[in-house]
Amino acid sequence: MTAATQLAQRHFFRWWELLPWAAGIAVFFAFPTYLSFGTQVLITILFALSLDLVLGYAGIVTLGHAAFFGVGAYTVGMMAMHWGWNEPLSGLVAAALVAGAIGLASGWVLLRTHGLTLLMLTLCTMTLLEQAANMGAAWTGGFDGMPGLSFSKILGLFGFDALYFRSQYLYVLVVLFLCFAIVRMLVYSSFGQSLTGIRENLLRMHAVGAPVRARQVLVYTISAALAGVAGALFTQANGYVNLAVLGLERAAGVLIVLILGGYGRLYGAFVGAILYMVLEHTLSKAYPTAWQLGLGLTLMAVALYARNGMLGLGEALRRRWSAK
Amino acid sequence: MSAVLLETQGLSKSFGALEVARSIDFRLEAGARHALIGPNGAGKTTFINLLTGLLVPSRGSVVLEGEDVTALAQAKRVKRGIARTFQINQLFRGLSVLENVCIAVAERLGVGGTMLRPAGRRADVIEEASRLIEMLKLGADAGRRIVELPYGRQRLVEIAIALGLHPRVLLLDEPAAGIPSAESHILLDAIATLPKDIAVLIIEHDMDLVFRFAERITVLVSGAIFAQGSPAEIAANAEVRAVYLGTALDG
Repeated sequence: MTAATQLAQRHFFRWWELLPWAAGIAVFFAFPTYLSFGTQVLITILFALSLDLVLGYAGIVTLGHAAFFGVGAYTVGMMAMHWGWNEPLSGLVAAALVAGAIGLASGWVLLRTHGLTLLMLTLCTMTLLEQAANMGAAWTGGFDGMPGLSFSKILGLFGFDALYFRSQYLYVLVVLFLCFAIVRMLVYSSFGQSLTGIRENLLRMHAVGAPVRARQVLVYTISAALAGVAGALFTQANGYVNLAVLGLERAAGVLIVLILGGYGRLYGAFVGAILYMVLEHTLSKAYPTAWQLGLGLTLMAVALYARNGMLGLGEALRRRWSAK
Repeated sequence: MSAVLLETQGLSKSFGALEVARSIDFRLEAGARHALIGPNGAGKTTFINLLTGLLVPSRGSVVLEGEDVTALAQAKRVKRGIARTFQINQLFRGLSVLENVCIAVAERLGVGGTMLRPAGRRADVIEEASRLIEMLKLGADAGRRIVELPYGRQRLVEIAIALGLHPRVLLLDEPAAGIPSAESHILLDAIATLPKDIAVLIIEHDMDLVFRFAERITVLVSGAIFAQGSPAEIAANAEVRAVYLGTALDG
């Protein structure tokens, strides 16, 4: 196959792309008692997917992506708490808009910098928001957050299921699917191609006449909005929000997810989120006090032997296999 | 004399006390085949960086077709027709040759920001990029990533990207450096097929190539124009021979 046909067909759907969704539905029937855990995994996938757009595709290194997850989570929480606005779908839209706006504003300023400076500034932005959430107790519930939030039925039909998370799971699965469709469309578009150009060589991208900074700010804004949706889903599914949605632990966690799965690969978020959360779940059960050691060892192994994550490893093995 | 396409007036650049461009008054005419030569450290690349907007001048101006573009950012100058290649390859190393050229073509066509349509469905972009790749004899490598190519072949991708921008002014910073001599004709052929009204300014150390290609030569020494003229005039200029050409022309 020529390079031109290959490029022309790159965005075509492959049969195996159905697998994650088939698996998602299968889990619903096969593990009815694990749907709460499954819901958290799906939310993490969406969050990691939003990070992949900026980090994996556009090459913007950020340590503060949880800022937008947190903004989304607090937006629906505060709307429900203070205005009694607990309709879930409009909540998602509001969360996307608020997180997107903060992404736009902070990206506009921060994306003038890069490298370590950018890393620190994204971290600072997140910390500022975290402290705002901590200190604005009258609005945010401060350190305790907002427990016991309730949301109205999805589309007026499906009530949130506090015990088994059945409706939450399907709701989050559908939202994830829609957001994934958007991300997939973006990464295979000319816009997505130009993002990889920005990642690969900034100097050259300027020299072909691309409005580099505008593209960076735009993708940062879109990514922030998607992370905001993930945060909103967290609040709605769990019925509470607290400071843990917003902070270094969550920001580092999602980075680890992407590193484990493989960044810039669309499906790295899926593989990474499942791996990370299953590891966390099983290790913390087996070694309640030292489970992070296991996670650390896994990360070291990935950093040493599988720089491009599990998907990268799979690709390398497949290449070696076919070379034989 | 044809019309002046690109002009600099008193263009100067200092890094602290170091003056790397001293009041350069330079004219590039439409259709020019112009070479910029000079010893290492003469400020040739700096001059190109000033023309493209990668560097901001300390004084002076850059005028493109009568319009002062000194304050314009790089990308905007590219849109007005100034394209360049780099002395050291600046490519999208993890992407295929075809994608490298497609990115340039897509930006020129103004579709680089399109979100709703897959890049694979821009047949116009892919076809044009493929044509350029064929022209530079890179067809067999179109699907390979830049990192998998030998350096000389990568040099040709630099040229393909610049041509994909349909420049009116093409600035080539040592395009032949690193290309095996057996392949340098590919480069010359590509330049020869350019439309006649494009102005080409080439920095090159290979004097054979310079004298084969250039219709006019500017000699830059210590950031200032030292001499200008036709290849014959430059070759006959005793001072130029003394400071730069040395024995290079004797052989």
